[in-house]
Amino acid sequence: MAKVTVDGIEVEVPNGASVLQAAELAGKEIPRFCYHDRLSVAGNCRMCLVEVEKSPKPVASCAFPVADGMVVKTDSPMVRQARRSVMEFLLINHPLDCPICDQGGECDLQDQSMGYGMDSSRYRESKRAVKDKNLGPLVKTVMTRCIQCTRCVRFAAEIAGVPELGATARGESMEIGTYVERALSSELSGNLIDICPVGALTSKPYAFVARPWELKKIDGIDVFDAVGCNIRIDTRGPEVLRILPRLNEDVNEEWLGDKSRFSVDGLKRRRLDRPWVRKDGKLVEASWQEAFQAVADQIKGRDGARLGAIVGDLCDAESMLALKDLMTALGSANLDCRQDGARLEAGRRDFYLFNTTIAGIEDADAILIIGSNPRREAPVLNARIRKRWLAGGIPIAALGVPADLTYPVQWIGQSPKALTDLRRGTEGFAQAMREAKRPMIIVGQGALRRADGADVLAAAWALAVACGAMSPDWHGFNVLQLAAARVAALDLGFLPGAGGKDVATMLAGGVDVLWLLGADEVDAAAIDPKTFVVYQGHHGDRGAARADVVLPGAAYTEKDGTYVNTEGRVQRSEFAVFPPGDAREDWRILRAFAETLGHRLPYDDLLSLRERMASIAPVFGRVGDLPRRGAVDLTPPAGDPEAVTDAPFQPAVVNYYQTDPISRASATMAACSATYYPALAEAAE
Amino acid sequence: MVDSMTRSDRDGAEPADFTFDAESEDKIAAILEKYPSGRQASAVLPLLDLAQRQMKRQSGSAWVPRAAMDAIATRLQMPPIRVYEVATFYFMFNTKPVGKWHLQVCTTTPCWLRGSDAVVDTCKRVTGIRQFGETSADGLFTMTEVECLGACVNAPILQVNDDFYEDMDAATTEKLLEALRQNAPPPPGSMSGRQASAPAGGPITLTALEFPESATPSGGE
Amino acid sequence: MLSDRDRIFTNLYGMHDWRLAGARARGDWDNTAALLARGRDAIVEEIKASGLRGRGGAGFPTGMKWSFMPKQSDGRPCYLVVNADESEPGTCKDRDIIRHDPHKLIEGCLIASFAMGAHAAYIYIRGEFYNEARHLQAAIDEAYEAGLIGRNACGSGWDFDLYLHRGAGAYICGEETALLESLEGKKGMPRLKPPFPAAVGLYGCPTTVNNVESIAVTPTILRRGAAWFSALGRPKNTGTKVFCISGHVNTPCNVEEELGIPLRELIERYAGGVRGGWDNLLAIIPGGSSVPVLPKEICDTVLMDFDSLREVRSGLGTAAVIVMDKSTDIIKAIARLSHFYKHESCGQCTPCREGTGWMMRVMDRLVEGRAEVEEIDILDQVTRQVEGHTICALGDAAAWPIQGLIRHFRPEIESRIAAFKSRGLQMAAE
Repeated sequence: MAKVTVDGIEVEVPNGASVLQAAELAGKEIPRFCYHDRLSVAGNCRMCLVEVEKSPKPVASCAFPVADGMVVKTDSPMVRQARRSVMEFLLINHPLDCPICDQGGECDLQDQSMGYGMDSSRYRESKRAVKDKNLGPLVKTVMTRCIQCTRCVRFAAEIAGVPELGATARGESMEIGTYVERALSSELSGNLIDICPVGALTSKPYAFVARPWELKKIDGIDVFDAVGCNIRIDTRGPEVLRILPRLNEDVNEEWLGDKSRFSVDGLKRRRLDRPWVRKDGKLVEASWQEAFQAVADQIKGRDGARLGAIVGDLCDAESMLALKDLMTALGSANLDCRQDGARLEAGRRDFYLFNTTIAGIEDADAILIIGSNPRREAPVLNARIRKRWLAGGIPIAALGVPADLTYPVQWIGQSPKALTDLRRGTEGFAQAMREAKRPMIIVGQGALRRADGADVLAAAWALAVACGAMSPDWHGFNVLQLAAARVAALDLGFLPGAGGKDVATMLAGGVDVLWLLGADEVDAAAIDPKTFVVYQGHHGDRGAARADVVLPGAAYTEKDGTYVNTEGRVQRSEFAVFPPGDAREDWRILRAFAETLGHRLPYDDLLSLRERMASIAPVFGRVGDLPRRGAVDLTPPAGDPEAVTDAPFQPAVVNYYQTDPISRASATMAACSATYYPALAEAAE
Repeated sequence: MVDSMTRSDRDGAEPADFTFDAESEDKIAAILEKYPSGRQASAVLPLLDLAQRQMKRQSGSAWVPRAAMDAIATRLQMPPIRVYEVATFYFMFNTKPVGKWHLQVCTTTPCWLRGSDAVVDTCKRVTGIRQFGETSADGLFTMTEVECLGACVNAPILQVNDDFYEDMDAATTEKLLEALRQNAPPPPGSMSGRQASAPAGGPITLTALEFPESATPSGGE
Repeated sequence: MLSDRDRIFTNLYGMHDWRLAGARARGDWDNTAALLARGRDAIVEEIKASGLRGRGGAGFPTGMKWSFMPKQSDGRPCYLVVNADESEPGTCKDRDIIRHDPHKLIEGCLIASFAMGAHAAYIYIRGEFYNEARHLQAAIDEAYEAGLIGRNACGSGWDFDLYLHRGAGAYICGEETALLESLEGKKGMPRLKPPFPAAVGLYGCPTTVNNVESIAVTPTILRRGAAWFSALGRPKNTGTKVFCISGHVNTPCNVEEELGIPLRELIERYAGGVRGGWDNLLAIIPGGSSVPVLPKEICDTVLMDFDSLREVRSGLGTAAVIVMDKSTDIIKAIARLSHFYKHESCGQCTPCREGTGWMMRVMDRLVEGRAEVEEIDILDQVTRQVEGHTICALGDAAAWPIQGLIRHFRPEIESRIAAFKSRGLQMAAE
């Protein structure tokens, strides 16, 4: 530790810390543009200059290491003069077009110019103009505003792992770009907008939409994958205008995937804003009463065994519990949440959770990925794996379809057969797993959505036990879920009860009335034509198209909802805007419908519903934090590790940009799809 | 939808691909040996230089097309953008085609004090080039303004391709350009006949020394 | 006057054979093994005792620099990197050493590397020195062939590899950490310090970067002794130095002389005097473009060494003397340097990237006189906003010539502005 005095305040900081960190510890704010605490230090903007006693020149505090006994001044005349100088230089070629700049109001340069800027410019020459660059459909560039801090270059190379941005030429001709002008091939590109301290990189879809001070900011949870990224939902009046990441060190740090950020326009398109009832083969508008009546007519008097319910990937826990309670009241055990047919084993939580936890990835020293492309399935979690690799170059291997995961991966097989070789130690990577102190195995949905899925799960578990990934203080067995709703559904037991039917049986005529709660990923065409389908959800997507009655529900931004992420972390998302038209919060729809049948669900408000959730599954009583787990019970899941086949793994996500009703309704995501998967887009046409 | 054009693309000059030829390949192996294993990125400047020389051999114009940068990125296992950055940072790489004789006129203060303006004017007059960066209509000459070439006591300097021509004035510049046009470049060095950096008229130091002179005198390769 | 017997670079003008045979005839490679046999510490001490200060511009004591290298390896190799990126306007001394005395440099590389425990050295030569690089490579090849370098160099038991690496046109690569970046295959952008190269240099290994001349003089210092070298020159400014005299002199040339020689004597004795006589002198930039210009009255008496020139708020720099007679448009001469620095700024630090362009544009207007008088003060302030606020010294180098100009030639600038204004008035009246 080093004792450092900052403006008379003595602080103790670790050796090797920077002066800037010491100053922050002393509560002194240091202005900065190029410095970002998750990126390498560039030290080029020179805004963070401070005075260090015995140093004749001001030093860049972001890059200067502390020394014991160092005396730092952050507000001396020398420091203020230096910062004013830097600010003047930054502004001479800056267009000062704040009134037409989307960064206005949340711009570091604008903010700092309040403190260190002059009221008029001494620069009498022509300002520099820089040609804008095309970085694809998401990031808009106004390069004349760029202050060459290179945060974006470092983000792309370090965090996103796509070293495609650079600073070409030199001196005042230096320009940020890709040189060959192409869309950035990253699922994390939207974060460039957040880290750009000026208005050079802004959101293309959000261009000229709103000013930050017009927005109401609501804390939400992302539902586009099972990571449970913390988000901020920015609204104006009845509209969600943008989604931004919210800091959570344990989950998403400060990053967010592009689909989660940019699908926001999908919330306004193809919405179900009133009930519909099929009459003479066509869906016609109906009142709530008519819709409820049409469903009730089908349910009343029918054997509970002929009723079924499937929940989708975006559902909140509250509505899933309400649906379960309804079905139970009606005498049905036909419940399922596994739209994709994944052979998940719900017997114990550690069979379906990402037990190591996301932050725990940083402690892993070897990783094996089975049947998963985390870059497409959970880009933010993938960034954490990359972060771990960057910190120490750990061995990483994968089974499945080879892809660029943004870090070096040994692709050691396409089928689960390699698991047997790994367990027996005949595959080369087995040694790396055994030598590791904290090895990690990640099982993706591509490994479980197959006939031998349960066996693959068991084989992965057996390998985890064999290679020492399971100990009282390290749980290295992980299932990477894809659906935001999945873990909560499993926790609530939204699975076939005693004698209950699963998804495939229900679709194939196993039930007469099928209730789809936001279930759009089942094969609607496979539903028996005689089955009466109720679709409750928010988008006119695959489920609604097949429905006989449509009950308009609320999207994730339109309700207070509880979600459990792939780690098993319970998180709450807040209501941000009202659902459109006659659409209602889903659990209330279910509760109201139950009442028309004469069943009273045992809760009148959110609080009592949540109390019931916690009584069914105590995990719901603990919101937000998640203790790190060890592996205590090594009893394996039911599958047979020896029964795995050599059928190759199939990717669980083919097109990252269109995976669910909201992103499929998003024009922005369609544009991304066309840009990044031109072959898929052509095939679709 | 995505514009994948660089400037030289739009000029129609970019070749579709680039492959190192046998002569370059011979040199690449020797170059890579200079650097420790895993440090092959160190070879990026030498390889860009090789590519530029190969283009000169193949097309008569010494420049580095983007396809060559991509080939180098692949060879050195670097992200292409890192090669683009380097290629555009260093002034000696031409990212657009140049003429057969690349006239690189130093106009930095020491050369300017000794009359580089006359060299520039003569180049313009003789080649028809109007400003720096232009290539003459016949494609023979490109004139570039360069910064200090590090031969200041022999100023002004006109570098033609790899060679320094020193102690230039209008008359020697004109003579040189005519010789280039005839494809008969004179030997590089002082155009006024000086002995390297010794004062005009002959050295006044190092005259009192006698060495058991070995076979070859100065200048020989 | 330095006698020829005390000159180190005896083939400065290339009058003799530059190859190995010629070099040997001039005393190079004479029992080098015996020099190495003195041991690492003795060599470093001898260089320290000689008072040799770095010849690349900063004048840092060479022996002390070598002593910063780790005495015991922690497993990482050590490197010597020779800075042959000679690009400072006015400077052309290393070029002569490389093309005419390459073996002095190569032998120096072996000795210096041995003294700092390096088994490999890189010479980073500016890309424009194409023909010079060919000489040097040929000389390196000869040295390998003769067993002077390579395995068991000179029979000393020390293995030593020497590699030549060509740059590609970037003045900034003369800055030692930019040079290392460039050698690693990156843009030549100076690194943040600390860590310094002696701790984390080339490929993350302990590295010392020395100028060509600093390295090339070391074999002779060891042969003739620190006492001989330190008896030349002046206290703390010892030894000989290759001076480059360019600009408005009758016979521009390079010459090796003692440090501390009076500037006037240097010019009159070796460069044929100022064009039109000493009284026709306007000003001199005494140490390459980065040091402030000196008006005639200072030139009359100043001595050419590190400390004397610092006392007159200039510097010895690379000892490149740029002479300007009274016909010179001094504002334009300095403005051209501003173009140079703007062209060569790497662009990473805000003050330099933006400031060099700003200074250049104001200087261009001052050449015409198209400015207000108060802009002289603004320009002076801008130079001070750049100076000392950047990672490397290029910002300082861009600032100092302008500060020197304003300090010594302010009336000239003001009258230029006045003349421009009166021309405007005349035209308006016509």
